[in-house]
Amino acid sequence: MALQSLDIRQRSATTTAAPQARHTIEVAKLIDVSACIGCKACQVACMEWNDVRDEVGHCVGVYDNPADLTENSWTVMRYAEVEQDGKLEWLIRKDGCMHCTDPGCLKACPSPGAIIQYANGIVDFHQENCIGCGYCITGCPFNVPRISKKDGKAYKCTLCSDRVAVNQAPACAKACPTGAIHFGSKEDMKDYAEKRIADLKERGYDKAGLYDPPGVGGTHVMYVLHHADRPDLYSGLPVNPSISPLVALWKGAAKPLATLALAGVALGSLFHYVMKGPNEVSKEIEEEVEKEAETEDTK
Amino acid sequence: MQMNRRQFFKICSAGLGGSSIAAMGFSPTAALAEVRAFKLARATETRNICPYCSVSCGVLIYSTGDKAKNSQGTIIHIEGDPDNPVNRGTLCPKGAGLRDMVQSANRLKWPEVREAGSSEWKRISWDDAIERIAKHMKADRDANFMTKNAAGVTVNRWPTFGFLASSAASNEAGYLTVKTLRALGVTQLDTQARI
Repeated sequence: MALQSLDIRQRSATTTAAPQARHTIEVAKLIDVSACIGCKACQVACMEWNDVRDEVGHCVGVYDNPADLTENSWTVMRYAEVEQDGKLEWLIRKDGCMHCTDPGCLKACPSPGAIIQYANGIVDFHQENCIGCGYCITGCPFNVPRISKKDGKAYKCTLCSDRVAVNQAPACAKACPTGAIHFGSKEDMKDYAEKRIADLKERGYDKAGLYDPPGVGGTHVMYVLHHADRPDLYSGLPVNPSISPLVALWKGAAKPLATLALAGVALGSLFHYVMKGPNEVSKEIEEEVEKEAETEDTK
Repeated sequence: MQMNRRQFFKICSAGLGGSSIAAMGFSPTAALAEVRAFKLARATETRNICPYCSVSCGVLIYSTGDKAKNSQGTIIHIEGDPDNPVNRGTLCPKGAGLRDMVQSANRLKWPEVREAGSSEWKRISWDDAIERIAKHMKADRDANFMTKNAAGVTVNRWPTFGFLASSAASNEAGYLTVKTLRALGVTQLDTQARI
Protein backbone atom coordinates (compact mmCIF):
# COMPACT_ATOMS: atom_id res chain seq x y z
CA MET A 1 0.00 0.00 0.00
CA ALA A 2 2.70 2.43 -0.94
CA LEU A 3 0.71 4.49 -3.38
CA GLN A 4 -2.66 6.09 -3.00
CA SER A 5 -4.59 5.54 -6.15
CA LEU A 6 -7.27 7.99 -5.13
CA ASP A 7 -7.17 11.13 -3.05
CA ILE A 8 -8.53 10.72 0.44
CA ARG A 9 -10.94 13.07 2.17
CA GLN A 10 -11.40 11.35 5.55
CA ARG A 11 -10.02 8.34 7.44
CA SER A 12 -11.60 6.56 10.38
CA ALA A 13 -10.09 7.13 13.87
CA THR A 14 -7.58 9.59 12.44
CA THR A 15 -7.56 13.16 13.75
CA THR A 16 -4.92 14.53 11.39
CA ALA A 17 -6.38 15.96 8.22
CA ALA A 18 -5.82 14.08 4.98
CA PRO A 19 -3.79 15.86 2.30
CA GLN A 20 -6.23 17.67 0.02
CA ALA A 21 -4.14 19.67 -2.42
CA ARG A 22 -5.70 18.09 -5.48
CA HIS A 23 -9.25 18.62 -6.59
CA THR A 24 -11.03 15.72 -8.27
CA ILE A 25 -14.63 15.33 -9.40
CA GLU A 26 -17.32 13.96 -7.12
CA VAL A 27 -19.13 10.94 -8.50
CA ALA A 28 -22.66 9.72 -7.83
CA LYS A 29 -24.99 6.88 -8.67
CA LEU A 30 -28.57 7.83 -9.46
CA ILE A 31 -31.26 5.19 -8.97
CA ASP A 32 -34.45 6.05 -10.81
CA VAL A 33 -37.01 4.01 -8.88
CA SER A 34 -39.69 4.81 -11.45
CA ALA A 35 -37.70 3.04 -14.22
CA CYS A 36 -36.75 -0.07 -12.22
CA ILE A 37 -38.42 -3.36 -13.18
CA GLY A 38 -36.86 -5.32 -10.31
CA CYS A 39 -34.95 -7.77 -12.52
CA LYS A 40 -31.97 -8.01 -10.08
CA ALA A 41 -29.33 -7.75 -12.82
CA CYS A 42 -27.60 -5.27 -10.48
CA GLN A 43 -27.49 -7.87 -7.69
CA VAL A 44 -25.92 -10.46 -9.99
CA ALA A 45 -23.47 -8.02 -11.59
CA CYS A 46 -22.39 -6.89 -8.10
CA MET A 47 -21.58 -10.44 -6.98
CA GLU A 48 -19.81 -11.26 -10.26
CA TRP A 49 -17.60 -8.20 -10.13
CA ASN A 50 -16.78 -8.35 -6.44
CA ASP A 51 -16.19 -12.12 -6.37
CA VAL A 52 -18.67 -12.78 -3.59
CA ARG A 53 -21.44 -15.39 -3.71
CA ASP A 54 -24.31 -15.69 -1.29
CA GLU A 55 -25.85 -18.95 -0.18
CA VAL A 56 -28.94 -20.15 -2.02
CA GLY A 57 -31.76 -18.76 0.10
CA HIS A 58 -35.41 -19.56 0.74
CA CYS A 59 -38.51 -17.84 -0.54
CA VAL A 60 -39.94 -15.68 2.21
CA GLY A 61 -43.21 -15.04 0.38
CA VAL A 62 -42.08 -11.97 -1.55
CA TYR A 63 -39.61 -11.35 -4.35
CA ASP A 64 -36.93 -10.07 -1.95
CA ASN A 65 -34.07 -12.55 -2.32
CA PRO A 66 -32.00 -12.53 -0.20
CA ALA A 67 -34.43 -11.05 2.31
CA ASP A 68 -31.83 -8.62 3.64
CA LEU A 69 -28.36 -7.30 2.88
CA THR A 70 -25.60 -9.73 3.83
CA GLU A 71 -21.81 -9.68 3.82
CA ASN A 72 -22.01 -11.22 0.33
CA SER A 73 -25.07 -9.37 -0.98
CA TRP A 74 -24.04 -5.74 -0.97
CA THR A 75 -27.15 -4.67 -2.78
CA VAL A 76 -30.69 -6.11 -2.66
CA MET A 77 -33.94 -5.19 -4.34
CA ARG A 78 -36.75 -4.41 -1.90
CA TYR A 79 -40.27 -4.82 -3.23
CA ALA A 80 -42.99 -2.82 -1.45
CA GLU A 81 -46.66 -3.22 -2.33
CA VAL A 82 -48.25 0.09 -1.39
CA GLU A 83 -51.94 0.92 -1.55
CA GLN A 84 -52.70 4.62 -1.73
CA ASP A 85 -55.95 6.34 -2.76
CA GLY A 86 -57.38 3.04 -3.94
CA LYS A 87 -54.36 2.46 -6.21
CA LEU A 88 -51.87 -0.36 -5.83
CA GLU A 89 -48.26 0.52 -6.53
CA TRP A 90 -45.25 -1.79 -6.61
CA LEU A 91 -42.38 0.32 -5.38
CA ILE A 92 -39.07 -1.43 -6.02
CA ARG A 93 -35.98 0.04 -4.41
CA LYS A 94 -32.37 -1.04 -4.86
CA ASP A 95 -30.99 -0.95 -1.33
CA GLY A 96 -27.32 -0.65 -0.44
CA CYS A 97 -24.70 1.79 0.80
CA MET A 98 -25.62 5.45 0.18
CA HIS A 99 -22.01 6.73 0.34
CA CYS A 100 -22.91 9.67 2.62
CA THR A 101 -20.88 12.86 2.51
CA ASP A 102 -20.90 12.73 6.32
CA PRO A 103 -20.61 8.96 6.88
CA GLY A 104 -21.84 7.66 10.25
CA CYS A 105 -19.85 4.43 9.83
CA LEU A 106 -16.59 6.31 9.41
CA LYS A 107 -17.35 8.54 12.38
CA ALA A 108 -18.10 5.56 14.63
CA CYS A 109 -15.14 3.41 13.50
CA PRO A 110 -12.36 3.13 16.11
CA SER A 111 -9.79 1.50 13.83
CA PRO A 112 -7.45 3.84 11.93
CA GLY A 113 -7.79 3.46 8.19
CA ALA A 114 -10.50 0.79 8.26
CA ILE A 115 -12.99 3.18 6.65
CA ILE A 116 -11.82 5.64 4.02
CA GLN A 117 -13.72 8.37 2.25
CA TYR A 118 -12.14 9.22 -1.08
CA ALA A 119 -12.19 12.70 -2.55
CA ASN A 120 -14.64 11.46 -5.20
CA GLY A 121 -17.18 10.72 -2.44
CA ILE A 122 -16.85 6.93 -2.22
CA VAL A 123 -16.85 5.49 1.31
CA ASP A 124 -14.78 2.30 1.25
CA PHE A 125 -14.09 -0.36 3.89
CA HIS A 126 -10.54 -1.69 4.17
CA GLN A 127 -10.78 -5.16 5.64
CA GLU A 128 -7.06 -5.39 6.46
CA ASN A 129 -7.54 -2.61 9.02
CA CYS A 130 -11.00 -3.69 10.21
CA ILE A 131 -11.17 -5.09 13.74
CA GLY A 132 -14.71 -6.40 13.34
CA CYS A 133 -16.20 -4.44 16.26
CA GLY A 134 -19.41 -3.62 14.36
CA TYR A 135 -19.52 0.05 15.39
CA CYS A 136 -20.03 0.95 11.71
CA ILE A 137 -23.39 -0.86 11.81
CA THR A 138 -24.43 1.22 14.84
CA GLY A 139 -23.19 4.39 13.16
CA CYS A 140 -24.93 3.80 9.83
CA PRO A 141 -28.27 5.65 9.49
CA PHE A 142 -29.32 3.24 6.70
CA ASN A 143 -28.34 -0.07 8.41
CA VAL A 144 -26.05 -1.23 5.62
CA PRO A 145 -22.72 -2.80 6.77
CA ARG A 146 -22.65 -6.50 7.65
CA ILE A 147 -20.01 -8.55 9.48
CA SER A 148 -18.74 -11.61 7.64
CA LYS A 149 -19.05 -14.95 9.41
CA LYS A 150 -15.91 -16.11 7.59
CA ASP A 151 -13.35 -13.50 8.59
CA GLY A 152 -15.27 -11.40 11.15
CA LYS A 153 -14.77 -8.19 9.16
CA ALA A 154 -17.32 -5.67 7.91
CA TYR A 155 -18.37 -5.59 4.26
CA LYS A 156 -20.62 -3.36 2.16
CA CYS A 157 -20.96 -1.80 -1.31
CA THR A 158 -17.72 -0.14 -2.43
CA LEU A 159 -19.44 1.71 -5.30
CA CYS A 160 -16.94 -0.42 -7.25
CA SER A 161 -14.11 1.89 -6.16
CA ASP A 162 -11.72 -0.28 -8.21
CA ARG A 163 -13.74 0.31 -11.38
CA VAL A 164 -14.31 4.01 -10.66
CA ALA A 165 -10.56 4.43 -10.09
CA VAL A 166 -10.01 3.45 -13.74
CA ASN A 167 -12.97 5.52 -14.98
CA GLN A 168 -15.46 2.67 -15.29
CA ALA A 169 -19.04 2.77 -14.00
CA PRO A 170 -19.95 0.46 -11.10
CA ALA A 171 -20.95 -3.06 -12.18
CA CYS A 172 -24.62 -2.56 -11.20
CA ALA A 173 -24.93 0.68 -13.14
CA LYS A 174 -23.34 -0.85 -16.24
CA ALA A 175 -25.57 -3.92 -16.21
CA CYS A 176 -28.95 -2.22 -15.58
CA PRO A 177 -31.01 -3.03 -18.70
CA THR A 178 -33.69 -0.35 -18.17
CA GLY A 179 -31.32 2.49 -17.39
CA ALA A 180 -32.74 2.84 -13.89
CA ILE A 181 -29.19 3.13 -12.53
CA HIS A 182 -27.10 5.96 -13.89
CA PHE A 183 -23.55 6.85 -12.95
CA GLY A 184 -21.52 10.01 -13.48
CA SER A 185 -20.43 13.19 -11.76
CA LYS A 186 -22.72 14.24 -8.92
CA GLU A 187 -23.61 17.41 -10.79
CA ASP A 188 -24.56 15.58 -13.97
CA MET A 189 -26.63 13.10 -11.98
CA LYS A 190 -28.56 15.94 -10.33
CA ASP A 191 -29.23 17.47 -13.74
CA TYR A 192 -30.43 14.15 -15.11
CA ALA A 193 -32.63 13.66 -12.03
CA GLU A 194 -34.27 17.02 -12.66
CA LYS A 195 -35.27 15.92 -16.15
CA ARG A 196 -36.70 12.67 -14.81
CA ILE A 197 -38.60 14.51 -12.07
CA ALA A 198 -40.08 16.97 -14.59
CA ASP A 199 -41.19 13.99 -16.69
CA LEU A 200 -42.76 12.25 -13.69
CA LYS A 201 -44.59 15.45 -12.67
CA GLU A 202 -46.00 15.68 -16.17
CA ARG A 203 -47.31 12.15 -15.75
CA GLY A 204 -49.21 13.08 -12.60
CA TYR A 205 -46.68 12.38 -9.87
CA ASP A 206 -46.84 15.86 -8.31
CA LYS A 207 -44.64 14.86 -5.37
CA ALA A 208 -41.80 13.39 -7.46
CA GLY A 209 -38.39 14.46 -6.27
CA LEU A 210 -34.73 13.66 -5.60
CA TYR A 211 -33.61 11.83 -2.46
CA ASP A 212 -30.27 13.37 -1.45
CA PRO A 213 -30.78 13.72 2.33
CA PRO A 214 -29.11 16.80 3.87
CA GLY A 215 -29.04 15.14 7.33
CA VAL A 216 -25.93 13.19 6.27
CA GLY A 217 -24.53 15.99 4.11
CA GLY A 218 -26.04 14.55 0.94
CA THR A 219 -25.25 11.14 -0.52
CA HIS A 220 -23.36 9.77 -3.49
CA VAL A 221 -26.14 7.30 -4.19
CA MET A 222 -29.33 9.22 -4.88
CA TYR A 223 -32.88 8.14 -5.69
CA VAL A 224 -35.50 9.62 -7.98
CA LEU A 225 -38.74 8.87 -6.12
CA HIS A 226 -42.28 9.29 -7.44
CA HIS A 227 -43.37 9.99 -3.86
CA ALA A 228 -40.47 12.08 -2.56
CA ASP A 229 -42.70 13.35 0.27
CA ARG A 230 -43.00 9.78 1.62
CA PRO A 231 -39.59 8.02 1.34
CA ASP A 232 -40.78 5.59 4.04
CA LEU A 233 -43.12 4.00 1.46
CA TYR A 234 -40.06 2.55 -0.28
CA SER A 235 -39.41 -0.30 2.22
CA GLY A 236 -38.62 2.11 5.03
CA LEU A 237 -36.19 4.53 3.42
CA PRO A 238 -35.46 7.00 6.29
CA VAL A 239 -37.34 10.28 5.93
CA ASN A 240 -34.60 12.38 7.46
CA PRO A 241 -31.53 10.22 8.14
CA SER A 242 -28.82 11.53 10.47
CA ILE A 243 -25.99 10.09 12.51
CA SER A 244 -27.21 8.80 15.90
CA PRO A 245 -26.71 11.42 18.67
CA LEU A 246 -24.96 8.74 20.76
CA VAL A 247 -22.28 8.26 18.08
CA ALA A 248 -21.98 12.03 17.71
CA LEU A 249 -21.60 12.42 21.49
CA TRP A 250 -19.15 9.53 21.93
CA LYS A 251 -16.94 10.47 18.99
CA GLY A 252 -17.58 14.22 19.27
CA ALA A 253 -17.76 15.78 22.75
CA ALA A 254 -16.67 12.77 24.82
CA LYS A 255 -13.39 12.21 22.97
CA PRO A 256 -11.63 15.52 23.85
CA LEU A 257 -13.05 15.35 27.39
CA ALA A 258 -11.60 11.87 27.89
CA THR A 259 -8.30 13.05 26.41
CA LEU A 260 -8.32 15.96 28.85
CA ALA A 261 -9.07 13.66 31.81
CA LEU A 262 -6.28 11.30 30.83
CA ALA A 263 -3.82 14.18 30.43
CA GLY A 264 -4.95 15.51 33.84
CA VAL A 265 -4.27 12.18 35.53
CA ALA A 266 -0.82 11.94 33.94
CA LEU A 267 0.02 15.53 34.92
CA GLY A 268 -1.34 15.04 38.46
CA SER A 269 0.76 11.90 38.94
CA LEU A 270 3.83 13.79 37.77
CA PHE A 271 3.19 16.63 40.25
CA HIS A 272 2.53 14.14 43.03
CA TYR A 273 5.80 12.39 42.29
CA VAL A 274 7.73 15.65 42.22
CA MET A 275 6.20 17.12 45.40
CA LYS A 276 5.69 14.06 47.62
CA GLY A 277 8.14 11.70 46.03
CA PRO A 278 8.01 7.95 46.36
CA ASN A 279 6.49 6.55 49.56
CA GLU A 280 9.74 5.30 51.13
CA VAL A 281 10.04 3.44 54.43
CA SER A 282 12.72 4.81 56.74
CA LYS A 283 15.49 2.54 58.04
CA GLU A 284 14.31 2.84 61.71
CA ILE A 285 10.76 1.74 60.95
CA GLU A 286 12.05 -1.13 58.86
CA GLU A 287 14.31 -2.37 61.68
CA GLU A 288 11.48 -2.05 64.19
CA VAL A 289 9.16 -4.12 62.00
CA GLU A 290 11.85 -6.74 61.50
CA LYS A 291 12.42 -7.00 65.24
CA GLU A 292 8.73 -7.44 65.87
CA ALA A 293 8.61 -10.14 63.24
CA GLU A 294 11.52 -11.96 64.87
CA THR A 295 9.85 -11.88 68.30
CA GLU A 296 6.70 -13.18 66.69
CA ASP A 297 8.69 -16.05 65.15
CA THR A 298 10.35 -17.03 68.45
CA LYS A 299 6.95 -17.24 70.09
CA MET B 1 16.65 -9.19 33.16
CA GLN B 2 16.31 -8.68 36.88
CA MET B 3 13.67 -6.34 38.23
CA ASN B 4 11.93 -5.85 41.49
CA ARG B 5 8.24 -5.49 42.13
CA ARG B 6 8.34 -1.68 42.00
CA GLN B 7 10.17 -1.56 38.66
CA PHE B 8 7.68 -4.03 37.25
CA PHE B 9 4.76 -1.77 38.19
CA LYS B 10 6.51 1.26 36.75
CA ILE B 11 7.04 -0.45 33.41
CA CYS B 12 3.45 -1.65 33.35
CA SER B 13 1.99 1.78 34.06
CA ALA B 14 4.27 3.44 31.52
CA GLY B 15 3.17 0.94 28.91
CA LEU B 16 -0.50 1.40 29.75
CA GLY B 17 -0.21 5.19 29.70
CA GLY B 18 1.69 5.20 26.43
CA SER B 19 -0.71 2.92 24.63
CA SER B 20 -3.71 4.83 26.02
CA ILE B 21 -2.31 8.09 24.68
CA ALA B 22 -1.68 6.51 21.30
CA ALA B 23 -5.21 5.11 21.31
CA MET B 24 -6.64 8.54 22.08
CA GLY B 25 -5.09 9.82 18.87
CA PHE B 26 -2.02 11.67 20.11
CA SER B 27 0.27 9.79 17.77
CA PRO B 28 -1.79 8.43 14.88
CA THR B 29 -0.12 5.95 12.59
CA ALA B 30 -0.16 6.64 8.88
CA ALA B 31 -3.35 5.17 7.47
CA LEU B 32 -2.74 4.75 3.78
CA ALA B 33 -5.43 3.47 1.52
CA GLU B 34 -5.63 2.01 -1.91
CA VAL B 35 -8.57 0.60 -3.79
CA ARG B 36 -8.66 -3.04 -4.81
CA ALA B 37 -6.49 -3.52 -7.89
CA PHE B 38 -8.51 -3.42 -11.13
CA LYS B 39 -8.87 -7.13 -11.80
CA LEU B 40 -9.17 -6.92 -15.59
CA ALA B 41 -5.85 -5.19 -16.18
CA ARG B 42 -3.99 -7.02 -18.98
CA ALA B 43 -6.67 -9.71 -19.17
CA THR B 44 -7.53 -11.09 -22.60
CA GLU B 45 -10.79 -9.57 -23.86
CA THR B 46 -12.93 -11.64 -26.21
CA ARG B 47 -16.19 -10.47 -27.80
CA ASN B 48 -19.07 -12.91 -27.92
CA ILE B 49 -22.85 -13.21 -27.84
CA CYS B 50 -24.86 -14.26 -24.80
CA PRO B 51 -26.29 -17.75 -25.47
CA TYR B 52 -29.50 -17.43 -23.46
CA CYS B 53 -32.30 -15.66 -25.31
CA SER B 54 -33.20 -14.14 -28.66
CA VAL B 55 -32.08 -10.64 -27.72
CA SER B 56 -28.51 -11.92 -28.27
CA CYS B 57 -26.72 -9.35 -26.15
CA GLY B 58 -23.06 -8.70 -26.81
CA VAL B 59 -20.70 -9.73 -24.03
CA LEU B 60 -17.04 -9.23 -23.29
CA ILE B 61 -15.32 -12.31 -21.92
CA TYR B 62 -12.22 -11.64 -19.85
CA SER B 63 -9.72 -14.43 -19.34
CA THR B 64 -6.32 -14.75 -17.72
CA GLY B 65 -3.17 -14.80 -19.78
CA ASP B 66 -2.33 -13.29 -23.16
CA LYS B 67 -2.83 -16.41 -25.33
CA ALA B 68 0.91 -17.12 -25.27
CA LYS B 69 1.85 -20.69 -26.22
CA ASN B 70 2.39 -21.94 -22.69
CA SER B 71 -0.28 -19.92 -20.93
CA GLN B 72 -3.62 -21.62 -20.34
CA GLY B 73 -6.34 -18.99 -20.01
CA THR B 74 -9.35 -19.25 -17.75
CA ILE B 75 -12.46 -17.04 -17.77
CA ILE B 76 -12.43 -14.66 -14.82
CA HIS B 77 -15.19 -12.24 -15.72
CA ILE B 78 -17.97 -11.58 -18.24
CA GLU B 79 -19.80 -8.29 -18.69
CA GLY B 80 -21.81 -6.44 -21.33
CA ASP B 81 -20.23 -5.17 -24.55
CA PRO B 82 -20.81 -1.40 -24.80
CA ASP B 83 -20.04 -1.47 -28.55
CA ASN B 84 -22.81 -3.95 -29.31
CA PRO B 85 -25.87 -2.02 -30.58
CA VAL B 86 -28.26 -4.60 -29.12
CA ASN B 87 -27.53 -4.05 -25.44
CA ARG B 88 -24.89 -1.28 -25.34
CA GLY B 89 -23.16 -2.79 -22.31
CA THR B 90 -26.22 -3.76 -20.30
CA LEU B 91 -27.21 -7.32 -19.35
CA CYS B 92 -30.14 -9.04 -17.65
CA PRO B 93 -29.59 -11.04 -14.43
CA LYS B 94 -29.01 -14.25 -16.42
CA GLY B 95 -26.48 -12.59 -18.70
CA ALA B 96 -24.80 -10.83 -15.80
CA GLY B 97 -24.20 -14.25 -14.21
CA LEU B 98 -22.78 -15.88 -17.37
CA ARG B 99 -19.42 -16.68 -15.81
CA ASP B 100 -21.09 -18.99 -13.34
CA MET B 101 -22.88 -20.77 -16.20
CA VAL B 102 -19.64 -21.24 -18.15
CA GLN B 103 -17.92 -22.67 -15.10
CA SER B 104 -20.90 -24.54 -13.70
CA ALA B 105 -20.22 -28.10 -12.58
CA ASN B 106 -23.60 -29.06 -14.09
CA ARG B 107 -22.83 -27.76 -17.56
CA LEU B 108 -23.17 -30.17 -20.48
CA LYS B 109 -19.80 -30.34 -22.24
CA TRP B 110 -20.14 -33.29 -24.65
CA PRO B 111 -22.88 -35.30 -26.44
CA GLU B 112 -24.69 -37.84 -24.29
CA VAL B 113 -27.26 -40.46 -25.20
CA ARG B 114 -29.94 -42.20 -23.16
CA GLU B 115 -30.76 -45.44 -24.99
CA ALA B 116 -34.35 -46.62 -25.14
CA GLY B 117 -35.21 -48.40 -21.88
CA SER B 118 -32.17 -47.09 -20.06
CA SER B 119 -32.15 -44.57 -17.26
CA GLU B 120 -28.47 -43.71 -17.66
CA TRP B 121 -26.91 -41.02 -19.81
CA LYS B 122 -23.90 -42.34 -21.74
CA ARG B 123 -21.14 -40.16 -23.14
CA ILE B 124 -20.56 -40.53 -26.88
CA SER B 125 -18.23 -38.85 -29.36
CA TRP B 126 -19.32 -35.97 -31.60
CA ASP B 127 -18.89 -38.21 -34.69
CA ASP B 128 -21.15 -40.87 -33.18
CA ALA B 129 -23.70 -38.28 -32.16
CA ILE B 130 -23.89 -36.65 -35.60
CA GLU B 131 -24.09 -40.04 -37.31
CA ARG B 132 -26.92 -41.18 -35.01
CA ILE B 133 -28.87 -37.98 -35.65
CA ALA B 134 -28.36 -38.34 -39.41
CA LYS B 135 -29.55 -41.96 -39.34
CA HIS B 136 -32.66 -41.05 -37.34
CA MET B 137 -33.41 -38.20 -39.73
CA LYS B 138 -32.96 -40.38 -42.82
CA ALA B 139 -35.19 -43.15 -41.47
CA ASP B 140 -37.94 -40.69 -40.50
CA ARG B 141 -37.75 -38.81 -43.82
CA ASP B 142 -37.87 -41.99 -45.89
CA ALA B 143 -40.95 -43.17 -43.95
CA ASN B 144 -42.91 -39.91 -43.87
CA PHE B 145 -41.87 -37.74 -46.81
CA MET B 146 -44.88 -36.30 -48.62
CA THR B 147 -44.47 -35.49 -52.29
CA LYS B 148 -48.07 -34.53 -53.01
CA ASN B 149 -50.88 -33.27 -50.77
CA ALA B 150 -54.50 -34.48 -50.75
CA ALA B 151 -55.37 -32.24 -53.72
CA GLY B 152 -52.56 -33.78 -55.77
CA VAL B 153 -50.36 -30.66 -55.69
CA THR B 154 -46.60 -31.29 -55.44
CA VAL B 155 -45.43 -30.12 -52.01
CA ASN B 156 -42.29 -32.18 -51.16
CA ARG B 157 -42.78 -31.80 -47.42
CA TRP B 158 -41.28 -33.63 -44.46
CA PRO B 159 -44.08 -33.01 -41.97
CA THR B 160 -42.88 -35.23 -39.11
CA PHE B 161 -39.68 -33.35 -38.41
CA GLY B 162 -39.00 -30.03 -36.70
CA PHE B 163 -35.84 -28.04 -36.21
CA LEU B 164 -34.95 -25.55 -33.51
CA ALA B 165 -32.04 -23.25 -34.40
CA SER B 166 -29.83 -21.20 -32.14
CA SER B 167 -30.89 -17.70 -31.19
CA ALA B 168 -27.29 -16.56 -31.21
CA ALA B 169 -26.66 -17.48 -34.85
CA SER B 170 -25.33 -14.77 -37.14
CA ASN B 171 -27.06 -13.84 -40.43
CA GLU B 172 -24.76 -16.20 -42.34
CA ALA B 173 -25.41 -19.15 -40.02
CA GLY B 174 -29.15 -18.40 -40.16
CA TYR B 175 -29.10 -18.35 -43.98
CA LEU B 176 -27.31 -21.71 -44.13
CA THR B 177 -29.72 -23.20 -41.58
CA VAL B 178 -32.77 -22.22 -43.62
CA LYS B 179 -31.25 -23.31 -46.98
CA THR B 180 -30.19 -26.73 -45.65
CA LEU B 181 -33.48 -27.49 -43.93
CA ARG B 182 -35.75 -26.26 -46.72
CA ALA B 183 -33.74 -28.48 -49.11
CA LEU B 184 -34.73 -31.43 -46.93
CA GLY B 185 -38.38 -30.35 -47.05
CA VAL B 186 -38.58 -29.23 -43.42
CA THR B 187 -41.51 -26.89 -42.77
CA GLN B 188 -41.40 -26.65 -38.97
CA LEU B 189 -38.39 -24.46 -38.50
CA ASP B 190 -37.93 -21.98 -35.71
CA THR B 191 -35.21 -20.50 -33.58
CA GLN B 192 -34.81 -20.36 -29.86
CA ALA B 193 -35.38 -16.65 -30.42
CA ARG B 194 -39.09 -17.10 -29.75
CA ILE B 195 -38.92 -19.27 -26.67
